[in-house]
Amino acid sequence: MKKKESDFFDKPRNRIIMASIFLCTLVALIVADFFIPKHPYFSVEGIPVFYAIYGFVGCVMLVVIAKQMRLFLKRGEDYYD
Amino acid sequence: MTSIFPPALIFIAGALLIPLFKGKIRSVYLLTLPVIAFWVLLNVPEGTYTMFAFLDNELMLRFDKLSMIFGYIFVIITFIGIIYALHLKESKEHIAAYIYAGSALGVVFAGDLITLFVFWEMLTVSALFIIWHRQTPESKAAGFRYLLVHLFGGVCLLVGILMYYHNTGSLEFGYIGLDGLATYLILLGFAVNAAIPPLHAWLTDAYPEASVTGAVFLSAFTTKTAVYVLARSFPGTELLIVVGAIMTVFPIFYAVLENDLRRVLGYSLINQVGFMVVAIGIGIPLAINGAAAHAFAHILYKALLFMSVGAVMYRLGTAKATELGGLYKTMPLTLIFCVIGAASISAFPLFSGFVAKSLIVSAAGYQGLFIVWLILIFASAGVFHHAGIKIPFFTFFGHDSGKRPKEAPLNMLIAMGIASFLCIFIGVYPSALYSILPYPVTYVPYTADHVVGQLLLLFSAAMAFAILMIKGYYPPEQRSVNLDTDWFYRKGAPALISLISAPIAKLNSWAGQTALETMPNYLVWFGKNPLAALRIAKARFMLALPGTDFKEEIKKGMENEKNAYPGDGIKPWSIGSAVSIVLVFFLAYLVIFYF
Repeated sequence: MKKKESDFFDKPRNRIIMASIFLCTLVALIVADFFIPKHPYFSVEGIPVFYAIYGFVGCVMLVVIAKQMRLFLKRGEDYYD
Repeated sequence: MTSIFPPALIFIAGALLIPLFKGKIRSVYLLTLPVIAFWVLLNVPEGTYTMFAFLDNELMLRFDKLSMIFGYIFVIITFIGIIYALHLKESKEHIAAYIYAGSALGVVFAGDLITLFVFWEMLTVSALFIIWHRQTPESKAAGFRYLLVHLFGGVCLLVGILMYYHNTGSLEFGYIGLDGLATYLILLGFAVNAAIPPLHAWLTDAYPEASVTGAVFLSAFTTKTAVYVLARSFPGTELLIVVGAIMTVFPIFYAVLENDLRRVLGYSLINQVGFMVVAIGIGIPLAINGAAAHAFAHILYKALLFMSVGAVMYRLGTAKATELGGLYKTMPLTLIFCVIGAASISAFPLFSGFVAKSLIVSAAGYQGLFIVWLILIFASAGVFHHAGIKIPFFTFFGHDSGKRPKEAPLNMLIAMGIASFLCIFIGVYPSALYSILPYPVTYVPYTADHVVGQLLLLFSAAMAFAILMIKGYYPPEQRSVNLDTDWFYRKGAPALISLISAPIAKLNSWAGQTALETMPNYLVWFGKNPLAALRIAKARFMLALPGTDFKEEIKKGMENEKNAYPGDGIKPWSIGSAVSIVLVFFLAYLVIFYF
């Protein structure tokens, strides 16, 4: 049997291309957010890049808090056995 | 009018016939059942139908828009799940799955509380057999815990229904609303199945212990029937907004830490059901539409995620992040399906989650619930973070585990393909889903600001993940157990019981010792020479008295007495004197008798 292995994501060049696409899209979205007309439910929603800031800060907080929670919640894998 | 054939019975009666078939014919039969059920659903006119009278009440079926949308998706996911499980040689799990799905249909189309309760309990029992079907010690134990928690919920529901009937004289299953103890008990019964915290731990405990195929079915039915009954009987209950908001947030933190990827999916399941519970709590037509639409979309993408992780598990025997990684090399199709499921649950535009979840978030905004709205947005970013990125990343990329499994079997790929197609179809063509919602829809999901806002949210969440990953701050996958509320019955309850039982056991053994050993032994000892025993007791008493002289003497005497004990004991009396004493007693009786 022939080996059918893809290594697409292991090549540094592909990785760089994908990361660049990601960053360019992000920048484009941020720029676009200043210009599109909005109909917000709340005033904060009208602030440009509110979603970007909220999403970023929220996710960093999520990981930071989760890491602290691990100190209290983590037990050995056989804890209940 | 009884010309309607209950859809539930198609599955349940159909399940009982499965053992009659073998091989290819069995496969055909298994796939025919959902087709028949779907055809029946398509042709049922809306309305309420009396099936037959039971005691003084009528057992009823109800077909309206709210029950139909749940009916459709339940039949569709049964079809997909059965394809996914078609490779199983044994029929046991298929039978359990059909009875399980049939019970869910029974709940959804129940028009009265008796029918509801019967199918509700069948749902629990059939799910139990699916959990047990994996036949590991873990699944057996988790199944028992599942049973205990759900029996508790079932009893609450039954007592609530009986009290409700007593209060209102009606068994109709319609709007109930929170009003008095009976309704709180009914809500509590529903809440157990909806995995509302702190009654949620059965889900993340039991589902990951089910088999690869069983988890797909489990993920679809129990929680979503609960969403249906809540939407039916408790819309607009503000309490649900609060608990729903909690449900959307706390599982995300657990999901970030959890190593078992199917348990991660369990946590994100709770998070997603939280959105629906919030929507039911808001209760306006837009929100109820959102709950129904989200349930529909969620069943598809959650099953898709369980299927893709399940396919990996089928090949490698584990779903732990620490054991996986780099699988994209040999399982590219499974990766694609997994990413479609991940994009859907994360509510990327053009995927099903976007058009469904937006209804709920907008309903919160429309009602001016700012805090709730903020929580839902945070939960949306969080779910992308752990389900949208973590699941595919740790499975298919991450550190290369060196494992090179084969691509998933054909039947699994077909099942995942159908689910993926539906996820994208709903996302691209939302009016298909909107047309079967309970209330008319005027909502437009694809507006420029909405799409850009959502994309910004998701991209920045991904950015956060990437930066934390590169900086090495992201909590590494670790083999571990994370404490959750199941601790209270897995560790807490046994500890509490030993706390209570230890003193009682001590008291018990002390009482037994005293009554059965110490006292009889003493009596025996005493009986050997009562006179001498009394003398010893008297000496002891004298010693205990304060201020007695001759203490030494008494003590010495007592020691002597003790050493000599029992001594000669009681001198046997002659029979003559014994008879004389008896006669004296008789005489005394006579005297008493006459006067």
